[in-house]
Amino acid sequence: METYTGKSIFKGIAIGKVLFYQKGEQVVKRVKVQDTAAEISRYEAAREEALRQLNVLYEKALKEVGETNAAVFEVHAMMIEDDDYVDSIRNIIETQQVNAEFAVATTGDNFSRMFTEMDDEYFKARAADVKDISERLVNILSGRTDGQGDLEEPVIIVADDLAPSETVQMDKDKLLAFVTRYGSANSHTAILARTMNIPALIGTDISESWNGKLAVVDGYTGLIYVEPDEETLKELKRRQEEDLHARELLEQLKGKEDITPGGRSIRLYANIGGVKDVANVLANDAAGIGLFRSEFLYLEAEDYPDEESQFQAYKTVAENMAGKKVIVRTLDIGADKQAEYFGLDHEENPAMGYRAIRICLDRKEIFRTQLRALLRASAFGNIGIMYPMIISVDEVRKIKEIVEEIKKDLNEKGIPYGNVEQGIMIETPAAVMISDMLAEEVDFFSIGTNDLTQYTLAIDRQNMKLDNIYDAHHPAVLRMIRMTIENGHKHGCWVGICGELGADMTLTKTFLEMGIDELSVSPSFVLPIRKLIREMEL
Amino acid sequence: MRTFNYTITDEVGIHARPAGMLVKEVKKFASNITIVKDGKRADAKKLMLLMSLGVKCGEKITVEIEGTDEEEASVALEAFFNANL
Repeated sequence: METYTGKSIFKGIAIGKVLFYQKGEQVVKRVKVQDTAAEISRYEAAREEALRQLNVLYEKALKEVGETNAAVFEVHAMMIEDDDYVDSIRNIIETQQVNAEFAVATTGDNFSRMFTEMDDEYFKARAADVKDISERLVNILSGRTDGQGDLEEPVIIVADDLAPSETVQMDKDKLLAFVTRYGSANSHTAILARTMNIPALIGTDISESWNGKLAVVDGYTGLIYVEPDEETLKELKRRQEEDLHARELLEQLKGKEDITPGGRSIRLYANIGGVKDVANVLANDAAGIGLFRSEFLYLEAEDYPDEESQFQAYKTVAENMAGKKVIVRTLDIGADKQAEYFGLDHEENPAMGYRAIRICLDRKEIFRTQLRALLRASAFGNIGIMYPMIISVDEVRKIKEIVEEIKKDLNEKGIPYGNVEQGIMIETPAAVMISDMLAEEVDFFSIGTNDLTQYTLAIDRQNMKLDNIYDAHHPAVLRMIRMTIENGHKHGCWVGICGELGADMTLTKTFLEMGIDELSVSPSFVLPIRKLIREMEL
Repeated sequence: MRTFNYTITDEVGIHARPAGMLVKEVKKFASNITIVKDGKRADAKKLMLLMSLGVKCGEKITVEIEGTDEEEASVALEAFFNANL
């Protein structure tokens, strides 16, 4: 397997054979001619033929890929008739007494260089148009027809560069992806790829030796794998299916409400682990973010992240979500998530050890920095704050005191903050058992099913020996969830699930029947679950 | 001679398609019509030359019109720029 990188123009995954696209480019010979008038009329006839071809291409493109993509052929027709271009060709034939092919090729080179030397990327890309019209003329003059338009099987087209007339002539059903060495994000090929929703990479170090080999183009990462190994192929096939599925669902379900036919509605949110995931949340049309794991800020850093860098991260997410809910979980470090600079001791039983809120309430300066950043960011969107690993009412009261202190300080300094909902993770059996009391203290609950299951069943999920007795649907866990929902509702809290069980589609109906208000799942699960909910008998 | 100034509002500038349309429009008139940008001049009847000025969004150009139908051309071209560029 060989892997190469390019710049991705369109996100998508294509798997197929490579067709190395050979340019119809031939060496144009300089031939002396006696009868320059005859040579000029040969050229004039070729120009007429080129105009006719361009007109046909325009009509074809108009039907297949729309007006925006077709317009290029209109422009080509105008370029071919451009006074300077025409004069230059005639002039070369007459003064140098050479064949029309050579005059066209020389003129084409000169004009395309004029564009190549321009600063602006858009205008630079026009050099390809000049080359394209010149090649068309040379092909007509030398009696060649445009080859390679007919593709026998679906292929990934690999080429140095592709002219718009080349791409339009290709059979659209058989194009899987474009991979080119040259070209720009403004080139017609790039625009075409976007219109056709097929992955495309430019600036790739391509090779003719790929011809006929199996390859995978990953438009998400900008990689092409030539002769991928089995594992890569399998993984990318899976992602391709996911991708196609998501796209189909999106077509059907984008902008639709999360509501059952019987009128039971629910908020379907997404879980994220960093700022860059927001694009995925929006692409999958989630109604909000139900779990923004803030650990990345700490794990990616060499030292405690300061208030400003945290503020910027939270603000960016809040702004990008444009008023939709963003629930940030405060630092949940410890156990399996470690950052060196915290200097945490090795523990015999870290899952039950010094972690999450226990660290925050012990080393309050770390907690204050995060809370202050969150409150400041709340002025820029709809932020909620969620505290992990709660086991007592006392903890919640202490947290609320700190929040009040910070708010007071912000008030005094005239720093704005928004109306922030505060909630807790329900992930310990203790929190479930006192959920009626906890509900009096907070605005919402979010059930962290991963830890709750582990603590309830006393099963370490990392221990593979216990897989056979680990039952994600254990009635004890389901009863805990029901109890949490009932207690929450009785005491004015809304209740969601942000653990993996929330995305378990065999339980979605059960959760809805229990009265769950929100499910927060990986972005890729949002649309499948929306579909399920909208078709549910409830 | 008549002249007028115009600031390009089209987001890509005088790119291929509008340039083509401009050439078509200009060719309706007998006058010599020149587009000037930062001292660089291009005959507006010549598509490639016009594109090679690389006029981008927000840039100011001057249009110079000289000939027998300059009055008429000036009015028509100002309208053309406002509508298309």
